Amino acid sequence: MMEQYRIKPENGIEIGIYSIGDYLNDPMTGHQISEQQRIQELIEAAKLADDAGLDVFAVGESHQPKFATQAHTVILGAIAQATKNIKIASSATVLSTADPVRVYEDFATLDLISNGRAEIVAGRGSRLGAYELFGYDVRDYEELFEEKMDLLLQINEEKQITWSGQYRPSLNNAQIFPQPLNGKLPIWRAVGGPPASAIKAGRAGVPMMLTTLGGPAMAFKTSVDMYRAMAHEYGHDPATLPISTTSLLYTAEDSQTAMREFYPYINNTMLQLRGSGYPKAQFAESKSVRDALMVGSPQQIIEKLLYQYELYGQQRFLAQIDAGGVPFEKIAKNIELLATEIMPAVKKATAQK
Amino acid sequence: MKIVGIAGSIVGSKTKIAMEYTMDKVREKYPNAEVELIDLGAYNIVYSDGRNYIDYDGDTKYVTETIMAADALIIGTPTFQASIPGTLKNIFDLLPENAFREKVVSMVVTAGTSKHFLMVEQQLKPILAYMKATIVPTYVFVEEQDFHRKEIVNDDVHFRINRLVDDTVQMMDVVNMIREAKEAAYDF
Repeated sequence: MMEQYRIKPENGIEIGIYSIGDYLNDPMTGHQISEQQRIQELIEAAKLADDAGLDVFAVGESHQPKFATQAHTVILGAIAQATKNIKIASSATVLSTADPVRVYEDFATLDLISNGRAEIVAGRGSRLGAYELFGYDVRDYEELFEEKMDLLLQINEEKQITWSGQYRPSLNNAQIFPQPLNGKLPIWRAVGGPPASAIKAGRAGVPMMLTTLGGPAMAFKTSVDMYRAMAHEYGHDPATLPISTTSLLYTAEDSQTAMREFYPYINNTMLQLRGSGYPKAQFAESKSVRDALMVGSPQQIIEKLLYQYELYGQQRFLAQIDAGGVPFEKIAKNIELLATEIMPAVKKATAQK
Repeated sequence: MKIVGIAGSIVGSKTKIAMEYTMDKVREKYPNAEVELIDLGAYNIVYSDGRNYIDYDGDTKYVTETIMAADALIIGTPTFQASIPGTLKNIFDLLPENAFREKVVSMVVTAGTSKHFLMVEQQLKPILAYMKATIVPTYVFVEEQDFHRKEIVNDDVHFRINRLVDDTVQMMDVVNMIREAKEAAYDF
């Protein structure tokens, strides 16, 4: 049912990793690695994830200080060449400030380099950097994205594109090269926050990647339900539309170690990227299986994922394991535990016969 | 401990006079505190456009970061059209919704008439509560007649400001104790 998006429900839910490419000092040591090292370590992490058998590795873009993955497609190119089996995606591509034609060219090329493993996750961006840098008015936030998303989807469907809109020159029987390996790319819509954006994704019949960064997991069920209901209402079959969820994740041998090691990094992430830290009282709630934040022993993470699978019935889960300056050896450890302990149990329990 | 005062208007002088008096009292009574008064009239602050406060620049960045770094805030506000001035509301709009979590906020209010006494209860406190402030319940209400030639001349106001300063610092100590007690219960 979901072949178009290269999803096979019989294998259980896909487990992968994503990065937003934040470039922050390590709060435990105060040390900040070079930009070059940050980028090299992302490529290394992707190789580890590929070797360990994880399903997806994704990199997103932000165009402002404290980030290092502005050229996320270039990094994905290096990852495509350095890996063999893992799917490679964006998390997300800020489509609103990009040219959909260039985005499609880039990802079609990535698809050829990677032998058919590339996917686009298109979003509006949750930061202003790209708007200021590339000269877009953030007051056009919604219209910029909707128009460009429509064009991107049209490029994926049609060989000759005739199109006109407000934010890009018209296309008249244009052909876009190169073509992806099997003619089409999986294109997802990045959705965060309140259900409004999930409703739009459902209406358009586009797969949804939903951020569930913390707080009660139940709160995100509204977005999932609205997405499927709107898809149905607008003539798309929800059974053909995959959903991916994403969360910050940190795992260690036991719950106490995971929480103690992770708190400084999640706090650093929020403090530096949003200007106020992560309250300890809220962090303490993540012990509950009903809280969406993925911190704890591998067994706790498995229980959380299975609880969320019952709520959402999603096809993919992506973990953000490198936020806030987490050092590489801990990233490597998280990849190992995710791949060897968490993924097999979750796949076994969610594989559809 | 960092105590930041805000003179919330760019119009007139009475709120600023009351706040200068208040912050002088803070310095006098708590010489170890780090004290700063932000007079909005002295800064060129843009209207909130919805971005995160850390992404502004210039005076807007300076003022919002100073407020966010405070342990306690003493907000001075005049009463315009039975409410707070737009300049002060803009400061709130520039900040995140949880900006005052674990911060103590107290208030000094000036008004042309005693009829505005409940303005703070109805207009200002709900905003502070929404933004998670620990609010000092009583505030100092200063009327036109309490000033004479750019000075507060009513001893009742002097005494009340004195108490407000103590209440603010004591409340801050209590908030710190509560936070420490909570954090002692966690092993992360």
